[in-house]
Amino acid sequence: MDNRFVVSPSPHVHSGKSTSQLMLNVVLALMPAFAVSIYYFGVGAIIVTLISVLSCVLFEYLIQKFIFKVKPTISDCSAVVTGLLLAFNVPSNLPWYIIVLGSLFAIGVAKMSFGGLGNNIFNPAIAARIFLLISFPVQMTSWPLPVTSRLQYIDAITGPTPLAIIKEGVKNGQTISQMADSIPSHMQLFMGLMGGSLGEIAAFALLIGFAWLLITRVITWHIPVSIFTTIFVFTGILWLINPGIYADPVFHLLTGGVMLGAIFMATDYVTSPMHPKGMWIYGIGIGALTVIIRVWGSYPEGVSFAILIMNAFVPLINRFVKPKRFGAAAISGK
Amino acid sequence: MLKTFKKGGVHPPENKISAAQPVEVLPLPAKVIIPLSQHIGAPAEAMVAKGDRVKTGQLIAKSAGFVSANIHSTVSGIVESLEPVMDSSGYKRPAITINVEGDDWEPSVDRSPNLKKEITLSAQDIIKKIAEAGIVGLGGATFPTHVKLSVPAGKKAEMLVINGVECEPFLTSDHRLMLEKGHELMIGIQILMKALNVPKAMVGIEANKPDAVSHLQSLAKSYSGIEVQPLKVKYPQGGEKQLIKALTGREVPSGGLPIDIGAVVHNVGTALAVYEAVQKNKPLVERIVTVTGKNLAHPSNFLVRIGTPVSALIAAAGGLPDDTGKVVSGGPMMGKAVSSIDVPVTKGTSGILVIPAAESKRKPEGVCIRCAKCVSVCPMGLEPYLLYRLGQRMQYSQMEVERVLDCMECGSCSFECPANLFLLDFIRLGKVEVGKIVRERKN
Repeated sequence: MDNRFVVSPSPHVHSGKSTSQLMLNVVLALMPAFAVSIYYFGVGAIIVTLISVLSCVLFEYLIQKFIFKVKPTISDCSAVVTGLLLAFNVPSNLPWYIIVLGSLFAIGVAKMSFGGLGNNIFNPAIAARIFLLISFPVQMTSWPLPVTSRLQYIDAITGPTPLAIIKEGVKNGQTISQMADSIPSHMQLFMGLMGGSLGEIAAFALLIGFAWLLITRVITWHIPVSIFTTIFVFTGILWLINPGIYADPVFHLLTGGVMLGAIFMATDYVTSPMHPKGMWIYGIGIGALTVIIRVWGSYPEGVSFAILIMNAFVPLINRFVKPKRFGAAAISGK
Repeated sequence: MLKTFKKGGVHPPENKISAAQPVEVLPLPAKVIIPLSQHIGAPAEAMVAKGDRVKTGQLIAKSAGFVSANIHSTVSGIVESLEPVMDSSGYKRPAITINVEGDDWEPSVDRSPNLKKEITLSAQDIIKKIAEAGIVGLGGATFPTHVKLSVPAGKKAEMLVINGVECEPFLTSDHRLMLEKGHELMIGIQILMKALNVPKAMVGIEANKPDAVSHLQSLAKSYSGIEVQPLKVKYPQGGEKQLIKALTGREVPSGGLPIDIGAVVHNVGTALAVYEAVQKNKPLVERIVTVTGKNLAHPSNFLVRIGTPVSALIAAAGGLPDDTGKVVSGGPMMGKAVSSIDVPVTKGTSGILVIPAAESKRKPEGVCIRCAKCVSVCPMGLEPYLLYRLGQRMQYSQMEVERVLDCMECGSCSFECPANLFLLDFIRLGKVEVGKIVRERKN
């Protein structure tokens, strides 16, 4: 009898979960928002997304093959997710070379220079978005209006985002009720009928993606809900104090990058805390910073800055905020 | 809603394919190998010499310390050797090999099937009897039972917890035992209650064994103080700290023992062995073992004499399938892969699992993406990813701070990890190294 058996330590079964499976579920969760973007922005959405995804994957492949000299791991699909998220964070009329530059920054600087998947401190797509926003402020803040010019790419008709309208108006001494005609209704905001980045506009589609991520257990609810709650409470207090210059909390939740950021960017595994207690601290930090930047900062929109700043605190949170150990309560009573 | 423990846990496929197979008595093998170290604690000291004739149930090695256990011959025959033999650990260890000549029992053992309900011995005599019979925890931990029953000064037992959870996938030996030996089990529980002087016992059984739950619930009506509680299926509910939490809501303190909160946990198999020892004067010479596997012809539950080679069990279950890649002693989550099927069944062997070659090798490790799934499934509230990193960097004192010693090696983290990281390997390493540090500090 042949007695040569595999001898390895327990456990001898595995859940079958894999990194690529998790990433593919994120891709699937982004599809409703992508479909809405195509419907609203037309060819621009398709062109920008394709360029972004392809260049991210290509840069990851090239860097791993020729600089790291390792077997490329693009099949884990993490570069696809980065590419999609980068595209979702830029206007749908962004010239191709800016997108490629953004991809190079996301993959080359934010991800690979830290050692690749699992080692980066900052979310690559967010880091690239901010890099582009600072480097190309004009192109990065010309927002194509939904539905109006679906067949144009670079020359799409553009307009301001609702957040920018309010910021500008308040600066000029107008009250929010005076601006009511130029601001979309809550229902229009929920459906995504506003100017904005390619994938951030349609709250309902992003919430469908959130449900998918929860059902497939890719993420837990803690980070998105803590961000939503903080923004709602913070802006709600401001709105109650002076509804003339502070927008209502629902408006804040539905505009800008809150939905996309809270559901898809802040929950990036690598750059977010490891357990619920830390996730709450992180989420509250993102929510608070977002409101502070939006209300008192010079940019109308603050989600990506907030996430980037809180990314930097994640190692600290993981170091000092520990999950509740089994039997810990009993021992501290001694 | 069914009770369960709160923190962490996983749901591996149950695969209880031998659940409907009644326990069959396995014929005696030609030879038994009885290791002297089948329990936690000091190995027993051999009391026989080569060439001695022994009877079934005869004491052949005696307990060598407070935490140790007697060992009895499981067959009648001639002692062939006292040479070390490889056991399921993969190492050669002292053992007594006996050539089987028959099944001539010690006359003091009552082998009649009559149920003996009346408990006549005092608590002290019960514990003595259990120690004499060499009973150890049959759930797999193999801690000597009489030691667990000797409550240390200053502590008080309030409740007996009986573990009928059997949360390991594939294993069905406890399930069959509860169905087929329910009366004996109930009396065994009463004996343990008397030994501990507690008025109450709770039997925890996962809800995937509804027949065992209803059978024991109906039996428990005629015994005082025994409550049978179905539990929501979740691994590792059979861990004693998780089981106590599920049944009572109380947490054993980190670094402590169940007795610190007044609980004592025994497995159903142990309770049956206690019945047989105390009421029937029968030492621990046999146990129920599940032999199972997806490709095995006849997954079965056998009543096996301790020392029987694993190969004999597999042969009786239809033989080793051609594509076997791994043989595990125990269940798939916590069992130990054996390097040879010549190793013997010991007191702690609850099952033999035969795994096809295609599922035998571990997938290569990927990179940690910090998905935190290991943290969320850890039933002890630890951070396996962090312990893994610290273990790789040999930062053992930091591992102690991060409570590596709380780990019971349930394997939930490695099971769940999407990157197939060998989390538990490095945690185990850390436990050994931290154990050394702790011992040095005490000296």
